[in-house]
Amino acid sequence: MFPFAFEWVPEATRYVFMGSLYAVLISLIIIMHYCVIRAFLDLICPKKNHNNH
Amino acid sequence: MDSASAPFDSALFPEGVKRCKLKWFLFWIAVLHGPLMVGIVATLMCWGLALNVTYLNNNYPFGLWIAADLGVIALGAGAFFTGFLRYVVNIEELKNIVNYAVVIGVMCYASAQGILGIDIGQPLRGWFIFWHANVHSMLTEVAFCITCYFMVLCIEYLPLILENRQINKFRFFHGMAHHLHGAMPTIAAIGVFLSFFHQGSLGGVPGVLYGRPFAYREGFLVWPWTFFLFILSAIACGPCFTILITRITEGCARKRLVKRNVIEILAKISGRLLAVYLVLKIVDTLYWIVIAGRVGAPLSSFYVNQPYGYWVLITEIGILGVIPAIILLNTKARQNDSLLIIACILNCTGIFMNRWIMTVQSLAVPVMSFDKFVSYHPNWVEYATTFVFVWVSAIVIMLSYRYLPIFPQEKELNPL
Amino acid sequence: MKEAHHEAHEHHGAHKKTYKYGMVVDLDKCTGCGACMVACMAENNLPFRKDNSDRMRSQLWMRVYKISNGRPFPDTDICYIPRPCQHCEGSGHHHTPCVSVCPATATDYSHETGIVSQVYTRCFGCRYCMAACPYHVRVFNWWDPTWPKGMKKYLNPDVSVRMRGVVEKCSFCYHRYQRAKNKAYAEGRRELHEDEYQTACTQACPAGAITFGDLKNPEHKVHELKKSPYAFRLLEKLGTNPKVYYVSTRDWVRKAGEAYAGEEGKSVTHA
Repeated sequence: MFPFAFEWVPEATRYVFMGSLYAVLISLIIIMHYCVIRAFLDLICPKKNHNNH
Repeated sequence: MDSASAPFDSALFPEGVKRCKLKWFLFWIAVLHGPLMVGIVATLMCWGLALNVTYLNNNYPFGLWIAADLGVIALGAGAFFTGFLRYVVNIEELKNIVNYAVVIGVMCYASAQGILGIDIGQPLRGWFIFWHANVHSMLTEVAFCITCYFMVLCIEYLPLILENRQINKFRFFHGMAHHLHGAMPTIAAIGVFLSFFHQGSLGGVPGVLYGRPFAYREGFLVWPWTFFLFILSAIACGPCFTILITRITEGCARKRLVKRNVIEILAKISGRLLAVYLVLKIVDTLYWIVIAGRVGAPLSSFYVNQPYGYWVLITEIGILGVIPAIILLNTKARQNDSLLIIACILNCTGIFMNRWIMTVQSLAVPVMSFDKFVSYHPNWVEYATTFVFVWVSAIVIMLSYRYLPIFPQEKELNPL
Repeated sequence: MKEAHHEAHEHHGAHKKTYKYGMVVDLDKCTGCGACMVACMAENNLPFRKDNSDRMRSQLWMRVYKISNGRPFPDTDICYIPRPCQHCEGSGHHHTPCVSVCPATATDYSHETGIVSQVYTRCFGCRYCMAACPYHVRVFNWWDPTWPKGMKKYLNPDVSVRMRGVVEKCSFCYHRYQRAKNKAYAEGRRELHEDEYQTACTQACPAGAITFGDLKNPEHKVHELKKSPYAFRLLEKLGTNPKVYYVSTRDWVRKAGEAYAGEEGKSVTHA
């Protein structure tokens, strides 16, 4: 699963496959953090109001 | 609403909607717990006593569980496809059903993962599929994409929970739900990417088995044709399943929850995709007959001397494929409520049958000439464990319907 | 120093040498006595149950099929087909059927020996490999392994006992290969003699129907035997490229080795 694992074979398919997985996971983590941080910022500086969505 | 006659938990309901009394709600939840307990006992038997409690055997390593797994994931495709149509293609009307499609999707994917957790012989080693991943295996692709997509669905479900009337009063949760809504097109796009691959790789699971001429298909690069057929069939039946569950929910709630035109859009898209799928499926079947013949497996060898006769082929493509496609393509027919429901049932059954054929029937057909056909049918343990997820899904849907603002048109369609 | 380097190089070279272990089974000699099955079970610590009659769930790495030509007397003929793991090599763009599908890399094709291995402690029991194998050589542990009282003392210490919920299969008695290799190394040899590494079923066959060895080595008997005009492999057309060859002078038997066997194969009945 990780490049430092003994069974990691440096081949193109593995890089594409695992690369896609990590890209998806990182994207989801970033999105979640973005939403949490923005919500927190809204809480401490309640200037913007967004009742309509 | 008269506050005296309002249910005890009415403060949790979405604004401006009516729900049944709490005692009736709890009664039905309790009723669902009956078969659920049977399923939990069966699950504990599988984990505690090993898989000898099922009717699976060395000839049928895959049975009801795997077929159900492939089936529910195909049916759950309504979530990603509706999300794709709503957030990426931007069909505005679908915002009225996309929430429910997500709830259905979450439960389908949770069911699939739960069933796999029972199906594998060593459930405690389930994480090996990630840790020691063989990237050449279709099952690895399935596991990775399903797990990631389940996360996506949970993120899509989260704003619905945060929009519960009481939770939404907290400014932080309110803000978070708002920002999650804002990020939804990106999340939906990730979901589409993942779904494309796992729906496809589920098709690849039987398609790559070149030792089984019944299942094997040639293909494009590393993906057999079943990869593409499974994607197409999933997006053709997913919306139908969403329609079907919506209609069942409306029946139970005894009121309209989604406007006719929204259902109409999904039904029309589903019909067109089903028609395309059927054309390609027929082409694939004809090509498969030629390919299988080359390795010494004439078509008759797949369908004679066993219960899986030619009727399987005719039922799958004809009765459960062509008929619903005709209904869904015809404007007048799909506007008829009964016909629409029949078409949806046929379509969903057809996809489930296709998954059964590609997994269980593939194993049923003997390959060695001196191999005998052996029959398989699931036993109560397999049924009970599979249906556990139906009962759990029903409970989650009931809870979601009661407390979360899933149907934006409900207030308008049912003024108090 | 130079000598040491040379030796290391030679050692490395010896490691690079590959073998292709395989089997040739003379079906005209096989009497169907089942000694190979028994020897296999004893050698590889295969568990069995009090009532082991359910062939769909019994642990058999070596299974003897009995087939008949289905003709009435006096033309009736039968044949026994011992079927271990075929240790498929795959061909063209196809890998070994079971190896490429295993999601957890619990089964592997050794390019050194040509043997398809199974890592029991890594297998998590998804059974996809069983679905991929057209020969039904892979069996699942439906139960925890048990043996009659006292029998545990007679288990083979060289072979690990498998737990429930994992898939297992014939390994061409790989532990014997390892043992022979160790012995050879201790004696300063790099190569094995033909008789040093033989599977349990080969040695147990009273009729001498099974021959085992390196298919690539002209000094091994299998090298010539597989070239017989009467030699065939099971389901050759599928492209699995097995390393178990069968020999029979009877046409109908050779025909039975093909997938579905066509019109002629219809007369083949499984007894």
